[in-house]
Amino acid sequence: MRNQSVTNNIDWISIVIYIALVVMGWLNIYSSSLSTVSEDASIFDFTQIYGKQFLFIIFSIPIIFVVLSVEAKFYEKYSIIIFAVALLSLIGLFLFGKTIAGQRCWYAIGSFTLQPSEFAKAATSLALAKYLSDVQVNLKDVNRQIQVLIIIFLPVMLILPQPDPGSALIYSVFFIVLYREGLPGWYLLTGFIAIILFVLTLATNNPYIVIGITALVLIINYFRSRLVDRNIIASAILLIVITAFSFSVNFVFNNVFKQHHRDRFNILLGKEVDMKGVGYNTNQSEIAIGSGGFFGKGYLEGTQTKGGFVPEQHTDYIFTTVGEEWGFLGSIFVIGLFVGLILRVIYLAERQKTKFSRVYGYCVAGILFIHFFVNIAMVVGVFPTIGVPLPFFSYGGSGLWGFTILLFIFLKMDANKVNEW
Amino acid sequence: MRKALLPSVVIIAASLLLLRIFYLQVIDDSFKLKSENNAIKIKYDYPERGYVYDRNGKLLIANQPSYDIMVVPKDVKNIDTLEFCSLLDISKEFFIKKINKAKVYSPMLPSVFLPQLNKLEYAAFQEKIRKFGGFYIQKRSLRDYQVDYGANVFGFITQVNENIVKKNPYYIGGDLIGKQGIEQSYEEFLRGQKGVKYILRDKFNREIGSYKEGKYDTISKQGSDLTLTIDGELQKYGEELMINKWGGIVAIEPKTGEILALVSAPSFNPALLVGRQRSKNYTLLHNDSIAKPLYDRGLLAEYTPGSPFKILTGLIALQEGVVTDSTRFSCHRGFSYARGRFMKCHCSGGAVQLHRGIYQSCNTYFSNCYIKLINKYKDHSYAVDRWADHLKSFGLGAFMGYDLPIGKKGNIPTSKTYNRVYNGWNWDGKTIVSNAIGQGEVLMTPIQLANFMATVANRGYYYTPHIVKRIKGNIIDKKYRTKHTTTIDRKYFEPIITGMNAVYGPGGTASGLGVAGIEICGKTGTAENYLKVNGKRVKLQDHSIFVAFAPRDNPKIAIAVFVENGYWGKRWAGPITTLMIEKYLNKKITKVDFEKRMLTGSLKAQYDKLYPKKHQDSISLINNRIKDSLAKIKRTRDSINGVLKKEIKIDTLQNP
Repeated sequence: MRNQSVTNNIDWISIVIYIALVVMGWLNIYSSSLSTVSEDASIFDFTQIYGKQFLFIIFSIPIIFVVLSVEAKFYEKYSIIIFAVALLSLIGLFLFGKTIAGQRCWYAIGSFTLQPSEFAKAATSLALAKYLSDVQVNLKDVNRQIQVLIIIFLPVMLILPQPDPGSALIYSVFFIVLYREGLPGWYLLTGFIAIILFVLTLATNNPYIVIGITALVLIINYFRSRLVDRNIIASAILLIVITAFSFSVNFVFNNVFKQHHRDRFNILLGKEVDMKGVGYNTNQSEIAIGSGGFFGKGYLEGTQTKGGFVPEQHTDYIFTTVGEEWGFLGSIFVIGLFVGLILRVIYLAERQKTKFSRVYGYCVAGILFIHFFVNIAMVVGVFPTIGVPLPFFSYGGSGLWGFTILLFIFLKMDANKVNEW
Repeated sequence: MRKALLPSVVIIAASLLLLRIFYLQVIDDSFKLKSENNAIKIKYDYPERGYVYDRNGKLLIANQPSYDIMVVPKDVKNIDTLEFCSLLDISKEFFIKKINKAKVYSPMLPSVFLPQLNKLEYAAFQEKIRKFGGFYIQKRSLRDYQVDYGANVFGFITQVNENIVKKNPYYIGGDLIGKQGIEQSYEEFLRGQKGVKYILRDKFNREIGSYKEGKYDTISKQGSDLTLTIDGELQKYGEELMINKWGGIVAIEPKTGEILALVSAPSFNPALLVGRQRSKNYTLLHNDSIAKPLYDRGLLAEYTPGSPFKILTGLIALQEGVVTDSTRFSCHRGFSYARGRFMKCHCSGGAVQLHRGIYQSCNTYFSNCYIKLINKYKDHSYAVDRWADHLKSFGLGAFMGYDLPIGKKGNIPTSKTYNRVYNGWNWDGKTIVSNAIGQGEVLMTPIQLANFMATVANRGYYYTPHIVKRIKGNIIDKKYRTKHTTTIDRKYFEPIITGMNAVYGPGGTASGLGVAGIEICGKTGTAENYLKVNGKRVKLQDHSIFVAFAPRDNPKIAIAVFVENGYWGKRWAGPITTLMIEKYLNKKITKVDFEKRMLTGSLKAQYDKLYPKKHQDSISLINNRIKDSLAKIKRTRDSINGVLKKEIKIDTLQNP
């Protein structure tokens, strides 16, 4: 066939957005790392953060070529093996992992470090796609539900004890994928209500208020429903469950959570005001973004960025540089790029002819979305502080390559759509 | 439906994020300010405070560098605490306490760890500072007093308090400001104008360049030097004469109103209020509520003037025409002014004229004058007010407007006072006759007494007393160059002055106090005084008062001396006046016997009576501690001088 070459069929829109994000990411890393660098350092000084990121970007080009040149079928065929390798690499961390800042998530090869959890996301997506694409799988079946949950929770169980709650949190997005593929809606609804009850319990710091509100809602519901639908036992059970949940949240929060976890929630709920201590990160990042104004202070002109006031600015807080130096316009632009890419991937996924590539594409969109949302929500102070990088933007080789592989495997599948297999 | 979930979640979530960012960046303005506080450090450049000279150009106050040890708690790591503490002579507990305090303030920002090290301590610390990460040295400028007198004139400098910072936008926390004396009243000239530099900094407070190329920076302006009207030698001599006495001396140059000496006793060394011991010493001085060393008696103490007031009574009587210099009143060693009311008199009796009335200080004479004065008009209220107006033209009963920040009005009674006190009575001159001899309701401060003497010396005018002669680059306030003329005609002064001159003559109240070659005109005073003890009025030993000016023609100095509980005028205040005049006019003392008696004489036994028995021990304790503190200051000064000499030696060795 004439149109079989990858270059002709690949989705150039996604690639253009990808390149734009990577380049903007590098520019902002350059700006944010200037505070620690003397004036006359070269742009390609590979001992510097921006120099290293430059190398990572260059290295992602051969990775893209390899990913695109591999047969699309390969990913489906070997997905279980890839998943197994990813799990093994996570297990290996417990034996050979290098501990940085209290987290055992890296392999050290010389001075170079690799974070396997960044690659495990793609592997899990492949495994999930493979499992769901089996014709016999019906997610209404409880046994299937349990099996699919095992696939998701295997890597989570290995990542949580590293400890890396940020990476573990990412896996929750797979429930949206499962819902798309037929998981009953009450799973999501239950999760959604649980989150609301959780926040409500913490915000009021009094389970009785939450129980009272719930009881009121149930009573109103009871009298508003038709007589035949009235089920006093179900309502009562629901109330008991919620009561137990609310109390256990309160208990877990006050007795199981460590102080720094509690602090992170308290900052968001406006309960902590110690801006030099636990609230420092969030406060500083809000100041940096807020001081940017509508048009921003201009590239390399950010006083907060130059001063290095925002901790971890080149990694998890890279968006503060955008906010300060590029202003609201820049923020709209970056968020627009992400939304564009995610929606584009969803659109492409829906267009797929095989269930495997559709599920995988959905996983890619979901993973990109939850990173993007959690990261920026944290930076603008509406989500607890948690280590989730901004895809393509944040400094780090493993992250950049992990997202690149994740995205380009899907782009390869998409480019292959005309080529029936 | 299921397909729509993820895209809708993406769009809703992104919109919420944008809303939040819009709020942060466009709606809420507070972050801009916070960011500037964060990243822009305002660095102040403090100019050196102006120097202070005496009227002869002698340097009185210079500056000395002082060094604060600052600490950034976050950067303090692995230091040898033992070495650190022994180097600065502090205890480990103190170290821990200070570090913790700094941490509470901020772990990242610098706070003062140990303020005001002297050169010697600084030199020792500076050598080893590399070993102590997190500590650095902030240079400031403190006063270096070249003399050990004049503390009440100079005032002192101290850190601004919150109130001042709130009221005056010039000051920020940690700034120094003048308190009391000229340091306060000429603060704006002495301090200069601090310079401001806006500097970009990073989170470690490291400076990373100037903000907007220094567009908003200002340069500091040096403080102006002051030349005081004080004669250093005279001031010093006055303070020495007043040792172990309480009271005040004010000397004024009549022609200009310049204050030549302003002594308040007990006095203290101004160096006590500098450096690390400042607040401790200040508390000690402040807590002595009976001797009140911080209380400037020259300006604040309101005394009944006693006999010198007779000069005013005489002048007003002459002006009002109720007597002439030949009017005689007969004195019977006293004056019976009402039934059972008898005022004793110490003059030699007989028919007394104005001349003898003054030099023998005849109570009878001036009481008669006063009664005539008040009874001149049918309306006694009017008469008293006329009398009060004459007094007010001498600057009495009001703040005179001199350039020191403290003062008292004194008191000149008017008809209002007496109509209130003697409500319903038909009071007349006799009722209030004690005013005639300065023992009534009239109150005067020593500086008012001195100014009144200067007015007499000028034969009827005065310039507002002031203590600053020149401000470098500025002229002194116009009000110190304005002549104030009294309501008394010039011709009435001469007979009074003749009488005052005779005070020193044979039979005069100050006979034997004169100095050969100087024609002094003076007047003794002995003022009764009372103290309320447990509601009972207890009579204390009389105050010794003396006022004088000299020479008689072309007067160069007018002086008022007040010695609390000094028996009578001639005993303490008189000799001190003579010595001060001789010192100022002749620069050397011929009355050596006087000098010896005054320098060694003490009224301590008198004053000890004022202290309750149980407090007398604590007073001596305070005195001992002040003595220790002074000795310590002297030791460090000596050792600094030693170090300086050594440094110079090294320099000369290196650069032959």
